[in-house]
Amino acid sequence: MTSVKAYALSRRGFLAGTCGFVLSVTLPIIPQASEEDVLPESDAAVSPILPNAFIRVGADNSITVLIKHFESGQGPWTGLATLVAEEMDADWSQIRAEHAPTNHKLYGNPYYGDLQVTGGSTSMAASFELMRKAGAAARAMLIAAAADTWGVPAGALTIEKGIITHAQSRRSATFGTFAEAAANQAVPDNPPLKSPDQFIYIGKSIPKVDTAIKLTGAAIYTLDIYREAMQTVVVRHPDHFGASVASVDDTAARMVPGCNGVKPINSGVAIYADNSFAALKARKLLDVKWDMSNAETRSSEDIIAECVQAVQKTGAIVQTTGDAAAAFANAQTVVEAEYVFPFLAHAPMEPLDAIFAPSEDGGIDVWMGSQNQTTDQQVIASVCGVAPEQVNLVSILAGGSFGRRAQQESEFAKEAAEVFMADGGQRPIKLMWTREDDIRGGFYRPIVAHKLRGGLDAAGEIIAWDHCIAGHSFMKNSPWEDWIVNGVDPILVEGGLSNPYDFRDSLVTCHIIDTIVPVLWWRSNGFAHGGYAIETFLDELLEKSGKDLVEGRLALMTKNERLAATLRRAAEMADWGRDMRPGHALGVAAIESYNTCVAHVAEVSLDENGQPKIHTVWCAVDCGLAVNPEIIRAQMEGGIGFGLSAMLFNELTLDPGGRINQSNFHDYRSLRISEMPDVHVTIMPSAAPPVGVGEPCVPPIGPAVANAVRRLTGKSIRRLPMINALPT
Amino acid sequence: MTISLIINNERREVDVDPETPLLWVLRDELHLTGTKFGCGIAQCGACTVHVYGRPMRSCVTPISAVEDAEITTIEGLEGREADAIRSAWAEFDTPQCGYCQSGQIMSAEALLRMNPSPSDQDINDSLAGNICRCATYVRIRRAIKTAAEKLPGEGK
Repeated sequence: MTSVKAYALSRRGFLAGTCGFVLSVTLPIIPQASEEDVLPESDAAVSPILPNAFIRVGADNSITVLIKHFESGQGPWTGLATLVAEEMDADWSQIRAEHAPTNHKLYGNPYYGDLQVTGGSTSMAASFELMRKAGAAARAMLIAAAADTWGVPAGALTIEKGIITHAQSRRSATFGTFAEAAANQAVPDNPPLKSPDQFIYIGKSIPKVDTAIKLTGAAIYTLDIYREAMQTVVVRHPDHFGASVASVDDTAARMVPGCNGVKPINSGVAIYADNSFAALKARKLLDVKWDMSNAETRSSEDIIAECVQAVQKTGAIVQTTGDAAAAFANAQTVVEAEYVFPFLAHAPMEPLDAIFAPSEDGGIDVWMGSQNQTTDQQVIASVCGVAPEQVNLVSILAGGSFGRRAQQESEFAKEAAEVFMADGGQRPIKLMWTREDDIRGGFYRPIVAHKLRGGLDAAGEIIAWDHCIAGHSFMKNSPWEDWIVNGVDPILVEGGLSNPYDFRDSLVTCHIIDTIVPVLWWRSNGFAHGGYAIETFLDELLEKSGKDLVEGRLALMTKNERLAATLRRAAEMADWGRDMRPGHALGVAAIESYNTCVAHVAEVSLDENGQPKIHTVWCAVDCGLAVNPEIIRAQMEGGIGFGLSAMLFNELTLDPGGRINQSNFHDYRSLRISEMPDVHVTIMPSAAPPVGVGEPCVPPIGPAVANAVRRLTGKSIRRLPMINALPT
Repeated sequence: MTISLIINNERREVDVDPETPLLWVLRDELHLTGTKFGCGIAQCGACTVHVYGRPMRSCVTPISAVEDAEITTIEGLEGREADAIRSAWAEFDTPQCGYCQSGQIMSAEALLRMNPSPSDQDINDSLAGNICRCATYVRIRRAIKTAAEKLPGEGK
């Protein structure tokens, strides 16, 4: 298997690793709150002082960097390993990366109350200083060990590409030579960090550490793990949210050769089998009667109507400037628009899965692509009746996530733990979700409605702005509920809250609508739907006033110079204002999210069915210091494709009666290569501390395309997906 | 029942339900896990293998239909096209999560073997059945073209 066995952590010392003795670098570090303008306010109280362990130097000269953020394609393994390699002056070929063990005291995310959780595009921002300090400390300890051994002053030693040299005596040695001796050195409290002019890796497109294994089938995902005597388990889930098992007739299912048992659990009925096919075959033969007494029986249209109804009235105050009511009273013209965003599934390529096995010491070994290790561990411990530290949760590379592999109360880990325990907890199991389980499994991006009103004066200037948002909150009734203050869920409204346009008189309000359909964070959250509403509505108002859509934005974007600069840059790249080919139009949008500014310009035409064809997207991004430019470009490209899938095609619907309609990629379709535009990315030069790129690439693509489509068709698309709004 | 297969030039015998899709035989029986499960209905291409050199979706191919056929999986994919594809894939650091990439590479290698100079349209036609939720498509397209350019002359 992969190097998945957790190891003991110690303040300092030897650890027996796979390659001999290793230097374990551990040091007390407080992640530094850097420039206020690039860190969220909620970061004010960062973590207390705790030891951390991030680097192992092997006698074989390998450097393994332990990555506390979950890798599902956004590049933290490479990005964070780069920081360590940089400060150690290592040779890149020495560098390995693997997930850190589950231990929130060592690997908590300071952005999220020190839970070990990955999200909000925080990996680089949260670990930039931390990983550099870890690397710098390792370097200092190696130098000290070499100096002791050779009897020379530490200051006379240099390191280049992983070789320690004493020039005067012409001695040199690898890191591996001193790994053992370095482990006995004192850990420096505050090792000096390089200045940017000394960087050899940061700012360069270092090849990713996990590319090679992904070209040969060698990369191990959870589904690829097999244990001795392991059973494969699938769960029959209800077709309605909130339904529970009333009765099960498993006679036919149990007849399937290889089917070992059928057990009801809280979320459905678990089928245990010797292999995947037997489990799937038996599941089809299961006859389950469902108790519908607590089920959602409304249609998604009903749920949407509730949200649309809500936005007709002012809600809880999110933000207000000046006196919007008075400004509207003085307006010459008032324009209104309502927007509706459907349920969306994440649909990562690898459906959810987990492996559970009893461990030799009486605990439980768990392997899964965990994005929320702390909560997963606690929930598993609770279901299995053991202490959290007895759950050895090993994080595995995940086949995508987009938010799906972290849930508020670890509902997937809970189901897996129930599956394990219902069978007695003595035999390894693999819980495997199918695509149908995934698409129909809930934890969707919420349904959200937005209502926007703009007041224009006689000259066409926008003098009043009113934005009301109504939708489901995935914070409500969850452990994250204290994020909701005075009726405002900051994630639901983040698009409206981060409106970059400076209106003297404006009002943003919201309503939280209850639902029993499980909802969840989804790549870029409220920035995507809020940004879509704002950027398409503003586009219409500017057009109505006869203004240029880039210049008009810039004139209002007086307080966000970074975003304005990306907008200018993307417009230049696209040659905004040029004569277009007949049937082609450009659309633009610019949105700041997670402290990263992204502007997209999309060139769009209509195909023979009247559906948009996106030819090219020009993208400018300011994410602070660009640690690895190619990863940033790749995230921009991928986020554009991911966003296009959702806005062009995707919705999860419930029929009258509440049954989920979609089930797989044939009716929840994904963007394909033939639909992918060319993408040109410019990264804005910046010396500010780096911020994230996994999510900020998504929000502007929807409105950029919608604005181009309006130019081509005259039609404002205010309800997504777009495929329903245009002729086919 | 016992079924005989030729996988990556090696004869293998498996004792399985003859309806079992090739995908699950490769994974559960032979632990050739590079071939991935994504949808189970031939919609996503993550399970793509070659049967006599042609891409097939192993998730809907019953094992009984490929008895004695020559099957190649990502683990056994070799040759100049495969080398060129992998090298170009690495040059652009194409994978993100990586889960679909075995299938993408299997489709791309077959394309290149049958069409040494594929156009954008050829690439679209051959790879539209391979979904990538990370949307690495820009790099996949670039990698295929680069691999085609770097392949030695012969027939070009």
